[in-house]
Amino acid sequence: MPINYYIFLSLALFAIGIVGVLTRRNAIIIFMCIELMLNAVNLLLVAFSKMHHLKALADNAATTVGTDGQLFVFFIMVVAAAEVSVGLAIIVMMYRNIHSVDVNFLNRLKH
Amino acid sequence: MSITEILFGFLAIVAVFSALMVITSKNPVYSVLWLIVTFFAISGHYILLNAQFLAIVNIIVYAGAIMVLFLFVIMLMNLNKETEPQKNRWLKMAGAVAGGCLLLILVAALKDTDIKNQQAMVNGGSIGLIKNLGKELFTTYVVPFEISSVLFLSAMVGAVVIGKKE
Repeated sequence: MPINYYIFLSLALFAIGIVGVLTRRNAIIIFMCIELMLNAVNLLLVAFSKMHHLKALADNAATTVGTDGQLFVFFIMVVAAAEVSVGLAIIVMMYRNIHSVDVNFLNRLKH
Repeated sequence: MSITEILFGFLAIVAVFSALMVITSKNPVYSVLWLIVTFFAISGHYILLNAQFLAIVNIIVYAGAIMVLFLFVIMLMNLNKETEPQKNRWLKMAGAVAGGCLLLILVAALKDTDIKNQQAMVNGGSIGLIKNLGKELFTTYVVPFEISSVLFLSAMVGAVVIGKKE
């Protein structure tokens, strides 16, 4: 599979996530769009890892080149899980204080 | 057209369509469900690339744990109604145009790269299997692995401290 296809698919998913962050006002949906962007990057990392593996496989049949990329994806998932738990706690606290998850009410830093 | 290409095209269409539904659904619950569909499509891509460990972890961690957490929060706060006030239409359009411009520029910059003729290995290669990944994770990457456990502990404490009633 040409690497170009994976690049364009990941770019499309990433751009959809960006548009979601820019157009929606619900804090939870903005958060979900961030997860979508993380997943687009993960997909591209795995595709690149397999691309480098295929290139190194021509020289050495027992090579493990490309393992790093997949482990980075694993660590991104770990950090994303930690981020989600803290972020959702922040959203719950925000809902408790202002009874809404609309990010437009959170403009006190502007004044 | 081989079966791999057909599968790639199908999964790509499913992923992009469900991602679009995530940002266009009015009801947050539907957004979460469409996001789960996106994650399953991405897991299908991982299986196509023979990264089986990541495919399973993606389903367990993302579609299983994180999305359930999102659903819990939405249900607990009773947000599952379509009450999002309409944003200014021009602002929405500006956001879509900005995202579209980003996509356009990135595609234009990356469509003629040096690597455009290289292939990503599908249906083969053993680097995505648990044996290889586990060996690498517990030898070369053992320090980041342990640090991530500390990160998890601090995230857990932080979530409890932030979330508890004062």
